[in-house]
Amino acid sequence: MAKSTAELQEMREQMAGQMSLRVEDKNAIRVVVGMGTCGIAAGARDIMRVIVDEVGAHNATHVKVIMDGNNKDAENAPVVEIHVLGKDTVTYTKVDAAKAKQIAAEVIGEAK
Amino acid sequence: MNFARAHIMVCGGTGCTSSKSPEIAAEFRKQLEAAGLADEVKVVQTGCFGLCALGPIVVVYPEGSFYSMVTIDDVKEIVDEHLVKGRPVERLLYHEGADHHGTVHSSLNDTDFYRKQKRIALRNCGRINPENIDEYIAFDGYKALEKVLKTMQPQEVIDVIKASGLRGRGGAGFPTGNKWQFAANEKNDVKYVCCNADEGDPGAFMDRSVLEGDPHSVIEAMAIAGFAAGAHEGYVYVRAEYPIAVHRLTIAIEQAREYGMLGKNIFGTGFDFDITVRLGAGAFVCGEETALMTSIEGHRGEPRPRPPFPAVKGLFGQPTLENNVETFANVTWIINNGPEAFAAMGTERSKGTKVFALGGKITNTGLVEIPMGTTLREVVEEIGGGVPNGKKFKAAQTGGPSGGCLPASLIDTPLDYESMAAVGSIVGSGGLIVMDEDNCMVDIAKFFLEFTVDESCGKCAPCRIGTRRMLEILNKITSGNGTLEDIDRLEELCEHVKANSLCGLGQTAPNPVLSTLKHFRDEYVAHVVDKKCPAGVCKDLLNYSIDPEKCKGCTACARACPVGAITGTVKEPHTIDTSKCIKCGTCISKCRFGAITKG
Ligand SMILES: Cc1cc2nc3c(=O)[nH]c(=O)nc-3n(C[C@H](O)[C@H](O)[C@H](O)COP(=O)(O)O)c2cc1C
Ligand code: SF4
Ligand code: SF4
Ligand code: SF4
Ligand code: FES
Repeated sequence: MAKSTAELQEMREQMAGQMSLRVEDKNAIRVVVGMGTCGIAAGARDIMRVIVDEVGAHNATHVKVIMDGNNKDAENAPVVEIHVLGKDTVTYTKVDAAKAKQIAAEVIGEAK
Repeated sequence: MNFARAHIMVCGGTGCTSSKSPEIAAEFRKQLEAAGLADEVKVVQTGCFGLCALGPIVVVYPEGSFYSMVTIDDVKEIVDEHLVKGRPVERLLYHEGADHHGTVHSSLNDTDFYRKQKRIALRNCGRINPENIDEYIAFDGYKALEKVLKTMQPQEVIDVIKASGLRGRGGAGFPTGNKWQFAANEKNDVKYVCCNADEGDPGAFMDRSVLEGDPHSVIEAMAIAGFAAGAHEGYVYVRAEYPIAVHRLTIAIEQAREYGMLGKNIFGTGFDFDITVRLGAGAFVCGEETALMTSIEGHRGEPRPRPPFPAVKGLFGQPTLENNVETFANVTWIINNGPEAFAAMGTERSKGTKVFALGGKITNTGLVEIPMGTTLREVVEEIGGGVPNGKKFKAAQTGGPSGGCLPASLIDTPLDYESMAAVGSIVGSGGLIVMDEDNCMVDIAKFFLEFTVDESCGKCAPCRIGTRRMLEILNKITSGNGTLEDIDRLEELCEHVKANSLCGLGQTAPNPVLSTLKHFRDEYVAHVVDKKCPAGVCKDLLNYSIDPEKCKGCTACARACPVGAITGTVKEPHTIDTSKCIKCGTCISKCRFGAITKG
């Protein structure tokens, strides 16, 4: 079926979040989830999932969710850090699903 | 809804496919499934990343981790470590520097190989799945065509291309906008757009990579060219030895038709355009525009005299706009980003970027796209990672069999049309072969001439007979039977063939000889006067000998010699019987005492 302008634009918007994964953007907000063995044991994979889905659902192309294999702080896992170029890193500890949603909402809001 | 948090890009270019990348992609899917990550991590098969010699290449996003020489057995480790735990597998990451033992970067964009590149024509190669039109559309695909059809007049499109300064990337560097103008100016109901994907230079493969990695960029540009020139039919002429390119191009054309980007009434504007793919047997001469059209018409691919030029009387006798693949690949970028942005890159008269295929004695062999005017030194020493094994850079051959060489003294020459012409070479289609001290320049000239002799279509005598005579003289010189008069005779023949051949093949065939004569005449003289090959390549001029002072009589060489040319008793100096020696070089590599020399 021939695509209309509106359909093409909708396709581009829908895919933007996914495709932005492949574009390097030094100014992106980087949400770094501490994985590694202890992070995963403390549920970091679920936390990662929650954040990725939120960011994806909002098509937040300026947010990158990155895994970090070196969890520095096993006591407080899962740990999530927010890195923004030229700003201090913000660290969240013992993140649960609700907190993860909240973090995602914050960075998505900031990115907008 | 599940959003993938990581994309594994597995190179599906020709190079990596032959080193088993499809199996690696399948293994990734299997291992991701086993790790329970199948819906979190997506595997994408892409076009060429440019570092084919280090393939198979795998890139993991969002980090941009750049893995090279990945094997099937490595896949599980990448999945378990990188994708489950977030620890990139350092051992498999691309290491830059000599012999690839140097620095590792966390992202491919930080490597020397990529940092200085500016990817316009190759923008989507390695970034999208070329078999999926949706991914092309996501990166603004078909936006330029829509803009052109809905908001611009043909003349405005031509003016944009003119303003960009884009010139043909197929060899001659003719201003693309002017070419489009000539075709548009012809008053005729039937006109054609042709895309030249013959890619005859044996050292070049950028056109193949564009078609394999981003076929829609060529399709979209051809439709735009059709609108600008008033043509409704396009042909892509691609060599049959490029099966992956042909396959992906065919898929892309079907998808474009399905979405209404090709066919009747495109974007509801009433403009019709469609594309046919024609396979060529891969003769060098068929890349010449008139021969290419003759071949598309179903005849033997022989050139015809110009004028008439294709813009006036081309394919099937109708006005035809013909461009190279890489030329087309720049078009939509120019429409989307504006001609000023394109003209901002490059030099005064050479705008934009050019893709070069680096080959020969260089650490990073592969495809690089750089702004015009980047110096040869930057390409060789920085992007290319230098000459391996501690050898010295001797020269670079550019433009393949039609081109010339740049000696070490000209390494700061900017790579653009004017600067290259000024030193007697050409940009050509972008082949760039690096030579080190072990290369004999007479031998190099012979190599290219052998190619043109083979590829000459035989239609005109200066090329058919003249190039053969030239090759005979070169053979005489490299076998030690040449004289100084032969060098003069060779030069005269070059001028004759250049001036009298019918098509560009013959007209440019003498270039490799002329430029090596210009920059390395002393090497020719050494062959004919001293009967020596300074680089130690021409076998007939080599003699192997053993220095009795250094020889310890260890017998290693004698045992290794395939023809029993070395004799001697244990612990006594050995000798080589030069009448038996076949100059294979085995003994040199066996001697641990450096007692054997050639020269
Ligand atoms: C012997 C010979 C071989 C050529 N081979 C090619 C080729 O493989 N691909 C190509 O695009 N142009 C080739 N050309 C140049 C074409 O004739 C023509 O100039 C070019 O395709 C025009 O496209 P452009 O203006 O976009 O560069 C060749 C020319 C000659 C004389
Ligand atoms: S110059 Fe060579 S290739 Fe060209 S027409 Fe003459 S013989 Fe054929
Ligand atoms: S070059 Fe080869 S053939 Fe000649 S002596 Fe050495 S090993 Fe024997
Ligand atoms: S290998 Fe070298 S040292 Fe040993 S016998 Fe041969 S030339 Fe002499
Ligand atoms: S084919 Fe894989 S990098 Fe070129």
